[in-house]
Amino acid sequence: MTPWTPSGTVYGTLLNFRREWDMWSPRMAQDPHKAPPKAPVLYVKSANTFCPAGQDLLLQDGVNEVDIGATLGLVMGAQAQVVGAALLNDWSVPHTSYYRPPVKFRCRDGFLGLPQQITPGQVQDWATLQIAVRRNGELVQSVDLHQLMRDVPTLLADVGEFMTLQPGDVLMVGTDCLADGTRLRARAGDQVEISAHGFASVVTTVGGAA
Amino acid sequence: MKHARIAWSGAIHDAVESDGQLLLTQGPHAGRRVAFEEVVWLPPLAPTAQARTVIALGLNYADHAKELAFKAPEEPLAFMKSQASLIGHKAFTKRPPDVAYMHYECELAVVIGRTARHVKKADAYGYIAGYTVANDYAIRDYLENWYRPNLRVKNRDTCTPIGPWLVDAADIPNPMALKLQTTVNGKVTQSGSTADMIFDVPTLIEYFSGFMTLNPGDLILTGTPDGIVDCQPGDVIVTEIEGIGQLTNTIIV
Repeated sequence: MTPWTPSGTVYGTLLNFRREWDMWSPRMAQDPHKAPPKAPVLYVKSANTFCPAGQDLLLQDGVNEVDIGATLGLVMGAQAQVVGAALLNDWSVPHTSYYRPPVKFRCRDGFLGLPQQITPGQVQDWATLQIAVRRNGELVQSVDLHQLMRDVPTLLADVGEFMTLQPGDVLMVGTDCLADGTRLRARAGDQVEISAHGFASVVTTVGGAA
Repeated sequence: MKHARIAWSGAIHDAVESDGQLLLTQGPHAGRRVAFEEVVWLPPLAPTAQARTVIALGLNYADHAKELAFKAPEEPLAFMKSQASLIGHKAFTKRPPDVAYMHYECELAVVIGRTARHVKKADAYGYIAGYTVANDYAIRDYLENWYRPNLRVKNRDTCTPIGPWLVDAADIPNPMALKLQTTVNGKVTQSGSTADMIFDVPTLIEYFSGFMTLNPGDLILTGTPDGIVDCQPGDVIVTEIEGIGQLTNTIIV
C-alpha cells in the first residue's frame, strides 16, 4: 500500500499547549510581541516537508539537530468537517523567537514525518488522546491532548473565522514542550517513534549529510 | 505567450492570448476564440498533484519597509500562504465588517518551472516557468506580533487575486526592471519598479532552494513597493506589471 501523503495544505498551530503558554505568558506583553496572541498562531508545512512512512529524515544544509514535534493532525473533508486524523512528527530547527514567520525553521525538506495511513473518526474520539514519544526505544515524552489551550472544536472554529479548510487539508493541533520550555531533540543516528492507541505510528530514522 | 486558465461553457479550459481574445488550446473547443468578457478567469496555474507551495515576501522594497517603519531586512522576510487563498482576475474580495485598514499589495509573482534545489543565483532564471501578477491583500487590523505577518492577516479566503496571465519567462528578458502600478477606481495610488527589490528574483531562488525544494508550479510572491491605501467595498483595484498584465479585483462586503 502506498504510504499516505496529504493532498492539501498542512497547517501547524503555535503555543497551543498550556505549559508553553504559561511559560511565555509573563513575556507576551513585552517587545517585540507587545501583547498575547488573540487569533490562533498558525504556520504552513509546505509539500517539500512531507516525509512518507519508511523514509529517513536527512539533516543537511548546516542543520545538526532538530526539535521533535509530536502532534495530531486533523484531516479535513468536505464542508470543513474533520474526517480523520493522523499522528505526525512536526520537526523544526530549534528556535527561541516567535516573532517572524518560521519558514527556514519549519519548511525544510522532510520536516513532516507521516504515518502509513490516517485513522477515520470524529473530533470527540480524540479529546483525551495520549501520544507517546520514544527516542531510541526509550519513552521520553507523553503528550496529553487534554492540555490544549484551544481544544479541537475551538481551534477549528477560530481558524474557520478567517480561512476555509479545504478537503485534504490537515490542521495540526500543536506540539508540547518539556518542563524547561525546550523541546526534545534528535540528531543523526537517532530513531524517533510517535505512537498512540488507534493510530499508525510515525517512526523516523534521522540521518546526517556525509 | 500569455497563458490563461478559464471557465467557459461549463468546463475549465487552457487558453492563450491572441489578438485581444482568448484562444482555447485544448479539448473539444481547441482553436475556438472567445472574448475576455465571456469567461470566468481562474488563477493561471496548472493543477499540481500536491498543494503548491506559495511563498510570499514581506518588506522586499526599501521604500515600503520605510513606509511601514522597518529597517530593511538582512535576509528575506518570508511567509507561506495556502493555494486556497488564491482567486482569479476580475474576482471579488471580501472586506470584513468593522475593519479600519485593508490594503492591496501589487507583486511580481514567479512561477517555478523545474525542480529547484541548491540553485545558484547565476542559474536561477533557468528554473522559472513564467511570471504573473498577484495582489497580496492585507488587513492590518488583524496584525499580531507572532510569526508576523500572521495567517489571519495574510491567508484569508479571497484575499490573494492572481493573474490574469502566466507570461512565459522567455518573453520577459529582464524581470528586474518592470514598472508596477496600482489604481483604485482609476486613480494611481502605487507606482514602483521591480528594480527596487531588496532581494531580487535570482537571489530569492538561491535563498529558498538553499534549504527547501521548490517544485514546478510553486509560487514566489516577491513583495510590494510603497503606496498602500485603504480599500473600501465597491472599490475597483487594478494591480499592473509592465509586460505581464493588469489584474482587476473588486472589494465587496
